[in-house]
Amino acid sequence: MADQQARPVPFRGGGFRPVSIRGVGLAVFVTLLLLAEWGTRTGWISALTLPRPSDVVATFGELWTSGMLFKHLAPSLTRLAVGASLGVAVGVSTGILIGLFSYIRSGLVPLVAALFPIPKIALLPLFVIWFGIDEGSKYALIAFGTFTPTVVATYGAVDNVDRTLIRMGQSFGMGWFSIVRKIVLPGAMPGILSGLRISLAIAIILLVAAEMLGAEYGIGAYILEAGSLYDLERLFAGVVVLSLLGVVVSTVIGQIEKRLLGWRV
Amino acid sequence: MDLRVEGLRHAYDALPVLEGIDLDIPSGRILCLVGPSGCGKSTLLRIIGGLERPTEGKVLQVGAPPEGCLNPLTYVFQDFALLPWRTVAGNIRLGLEEHRLPPGRADEIVADVLARTNLSDFADALPKQLSGGMKQRVAIARALAVNPAVMLLDEPLSALDAQTRELLMEDLISLWTRQPFTAVYVTHNLAEAVRLGHSIAVLSRRPGRIREIVTLDKPLAERIHMDADLEAVQEHLWTMMREEARAADAELLNG
Repeated sequence: MADQQARPVPFRGGGFRPVSIRGVGLAVFVTLLLLAEWGTRTGWISALTLPRPSDVVATFGELWTSGMLFKHLAPSLTRLAVGASLGVAVGVSTGILIGLFSYIRSGLVPLVAALFPIPKIALLPLFVIWFGIDEGSKYALIAFGTFTPTVVATYGAVDNVDRTLIRMGQSFGMGWFSIVRKIVLPGAMPGILSGLRISLAIAIILLVAAEMLGAEYGIGAYILEAGSLYDLERLFAGVVVLSLLGVVVSTVIGQIEKRLLGWRV
Repeated sequence: MDLRVEGLRHAYDALPVLEGIDLDIPSGRILCLVGPSGCGKSTLLRIIGGLERPTEGKVLQVGAPPEGCLNPLTYVFQDFALLPWRTVAGNIRLGLEEHRLPPGRADEIVADVLARTNLSDFADALPKQLSGGMKQRVAIARALAVNPAVMLLDEPLSALDAQTRELLMEDLISLWTRQPFTAVYVTHNLAEAVRLGHSIAVLSRRPGRIREIVTLDKPLAERIHMDADLEAVQEHLWTMMREEARAADAELLNG
């Protein structure tokens, strides 16, 4: 035994635990932009394929200084806020009802499953007839689009609330409303919030669709107009605004999660 | 307040789990329920506390619950069942919020039970910051806060390691010695049963029937770890359960 070779035990653990590293995300953005800038300047990328990033920035600056940005942004944000809050509010309430009552669950789950895959954009003409060509149809489209994913996320979250906690509440003689308010709702909050991330991203997508019809101002209207004129710089400036909107929404939800879900392990 | 179980039978669909259960739970004493796994002892506890409806028979409250009792039948669960989003004090307060107590009374009660369970320093901690033993102490404090007539403990120490279990058993004994409470204590651990039980009801394997009720006269405070008398009782219980436990184990394998 003594003369046998001793080797260290090979290490086989580790990995599978990604963490976020500061600055890497930014570096990816910057690299892609620099690549596009370099490509368009050298002519490696033709002007028809991609606008020059610096031109997009210039267009964006124009948009800002002329005050047109806010003229477009204000109605868009209103539509987003009204439509999404409507859809999320109705969606969360419906989801909780589905999660708690057998009849509502049996009746509405198939209906939601039938509504979910419908491209809401396809219903836009119908919404115009139902709610008018003005703001009504735009609110309805965004609300409808955020409603279905919110419902599905919410009732899934309610289903996942630990039943022993509910039994515990009952064993202390808590009433039905108390159990819903103090146990079911906070217990479902993580699922509802992660559903909200998806719902609100869909709301931003539908905002552009909603502004396809009869909108004079709005980010969507701005993008569509630029698109039909093949004005790539303006198109991309609009797209950047939408992207930023997405980042802002996601950050806000992240902050809410931090505040409300600090109890999670 | 005493509890009486009369002619209780329970079945899940066609599968009988409990049969012919008659039990008296006198006030001020701890009754342990032991039995092989799957014998329906936890089901019996849920029925006693009104969380499940028996197929036949009834559970009676004899006499009125004591003065100041907010929730006569109060559980302590195996997996603690603490609300993770509430602090220790918030969890203890939960059972009090349902009752319209005079202002300030709830705070007094919370402070009192925190002191009794040596948790005062942890009032603002969240459950995720606590060890298993601490979590169960909080659950016990929450149960004590509503001043129950009968405490229903469902394998309260089974999720804990052996050392913590020993510590918590000592805590329970000192709590009982200072202020005797009535309890039904479900466990599969015979050592716990002989340490904490004034009487021990042994259930047979499914369908659960009461095979024997062993009474222990030695005061709780005098029972120590590895006590010879207790070892003898434990040995007696184990002989009684051994074959049942083996059969129950095999039954699970057969599906």
